[in-house]
Amino acid sequence: MISWIDARFPLTSNWRAHLSEYYAPKNFNFWYYFGSLAMLVLVNQLLTGIFLTMNYKPDASMAFASVEYIMRDVNYGWIIRYMHSTGASMFFVVVYLHMFRGMMYGSYRKPRELLWLIGMGIFFVLMMLAFTGYILPWGQMSYWGAQVIISMIGAIPVIGQTLSNWILGDFMLSDAALNRFFAYHVVTLPGLLVVLVVAHILALHEVGSNNPDGIEIKANKDPVTHVPVDGIPFHPYYSVKDIFGVVVFLIVFTGIIFFMPEMGGYFLEYNNFIPANTLQTPDHIAPVWYFTPYYSMLRAVTVNFLWVDAKIWGIVLMGGSVAIFALLPWLDRSPVKSIRYKGPIFKFALALFVISVLVLGWLGTKSPTPLYTLLAQIFTVIYFAFFILMPWYSKIDKTKPEPTRVR
Amino acid sequence: MVKFFYKFFWKSKSENGTANMADIEKKEGMNSRRRFLLAATSVAGGIATVAVATPFVMSMMPSERAKAAGAPVEVDISKVEPGMLLLVEWRGKVVWVLNRTQDMLATLPKLDGQVADPKSEKNQQPKYAQNETRSIKPAILVVEGVCTHLGCSPVFRKDIAPADLGPDWLGGFFCPCHGSKFDLAGRVYKAVPAPTNLVVPPHMYLSDTRLLVGSDKESA
Repeated sequence: MISWIDARFPLTSNWRAHLSEYYAPKNFNFWYYFGSLAMLVLVNQLLTGIFLTMNYKPDASMAFASVEYIMRDVNYGWIIRYMHSTGASMFFVVVYLHMFRGMMYGSYRKPRELLWLIGMGIFFVLMMLAFTGYILPWGQMSYWGAQVIISMIGAIPVIGQTLSNWILGDFMLSDAALNRFFAYHVVTLPGLLVVLVVAHILALHEVGSNNPDGIEIKANKDPVTHVPVDGIPFHPYYSVKDIFGVVVFLIVFTGIIFFMPEMGGYFLEYNNFIPANTLQTPDHIAPVWYFTPYYSMLRAVTVNFLWVDAKIWGIVLMGGSVAIFALLPWLDRSPVKSIRYKGPIFKFALALFVISVLVLGWLGTKSPTPLYTLLAQIFTVIYFAFFILMPWYSKIDKTKPEPTRVR
Repeated sequence: MVKFFYKFFWKSKSENGTANMADIEKKEGMNSRRRFLLAATSVAGGIATVAVATPFVMSMMPSERAKAAGAPVEVDISKVEPGMLLLVEWRGKVVWVLNRTQDMLATLPKLDGQVADPKSEKNQQPKYAQNETRSIKPAILVVEGVCTHLGCSPVFRKDIAPADLGPDWLGGFFCPCHGSKFDLAGRVYKAVPAPTNLVVPPHMYLSDTRLLVGSDKESA
């Protein structure tokens, strides 16, 4: 049977190449759970999303009520929606931890630059998905959050207004935009995301996984079998390890769904339980937690600089704060990859960077006051300094020699 | 780009070392003819792609129905007491009609030093509203309640010197999204994210108490 298929479709050869004979470093630790968990959340989002579309109506006059219909009247609709909304936040949790792993162990360094860039593409599509998805319930936060983002496009000099009309299909945020954002959210973006995830895995399996020591296991192969001496087959070793991670993750995930699906207003904001009112902005508006660091930077700029309005600078900083991750492979000039062998300067810089992300994230949930704005300005500078100064501090840092075998 | 494709499809050697297209080309001596056909097909294909993309791209522009939905709105302002704010919807945006008291108007000259564009020099209002009060009738302010930063609707804060806005606050509009501040003529304060004063829409008075938002004498 298998040989009949193999003669017509590369089943066994792919099974071997990507699972039973894909050799991963034997020293993976806790931080290596999050790639497979991201895949799990992706499957969760695709599956629950399909069932939500069966009852959701992408119409400005019906959207809010149809979401409440799912929550109250559709059999088990509440759990499907909470799986989807909690999944959205957990997607960012695991992706942020996955990215942080890459930053700690230098997984973006040569030969994994393209792997990192494809990952950045995934991150970007994920943010678009989160944005378009948050609009769909057409609550107050859906409407005003989208209003803020769309206004940014309108602020682009010369073409901004036409571009914004083209994106909205109207001269303001309305039913036309809701309808098309639904199309992006359920067709265009998930399709793109799946393609990028496949490309991400193909690129990973081409270059091989990095590891906590940041050394190439392919440099040391068994002379007879040509298998890396520090490698173990992904299946069964890491498939079993990842299943353990899945079990722990699901305990946390279901715990959130059953006991605190709104997560105190961080996963689902209270203002979004009020239908969109085009005449009144809520008193306190803040994005969902995963966007708050960028949002803080957006509003941190209050002075005009170089004949350009503060508003445009805020938008540039916000976009730049996300895009600058893509430059990491070329900013890091350290002779070693992993934080285990990097010196004190890098460790200090990374710690400061994490603190600045957390503080900016916290500030993004607060109303702006002069003190908070000043704090946001200080931490925005630190955030960017981590990247922009990296070519210098990573070069002069005192590193330890890398081992020849993984520990 | 063309060069890349040429190299990729023409000159790339197959893995087992069999002849590639460039080798065959050399042997058969059809180089220039093949090149011409390749270029001509690519150009024709490119034109066809643009032509096919046009209806899809243009279908996303505002529809005829959306374009038709921008009619002016008539408002009765007789019941707007001094100090009261009326919200009017025009083109899906909120337009404020504020009846300012004498005290409120008296705050405007005091703030000339604190606002970014005290004389309304930037083109954010029709000519007839480019004055000290940014209005046709001194008391009645008509502005779009849309923050010039990122489109939130600021909150009307007529309380003087509240705890959160500081002792210098003389009343005005505060944007909850990003902290921009405007005075009672919609003039933006210095050092806030919003770059310009609030927009005064085209408007005119049909009678003493009837206001038309969205059209004025010049364009009517």
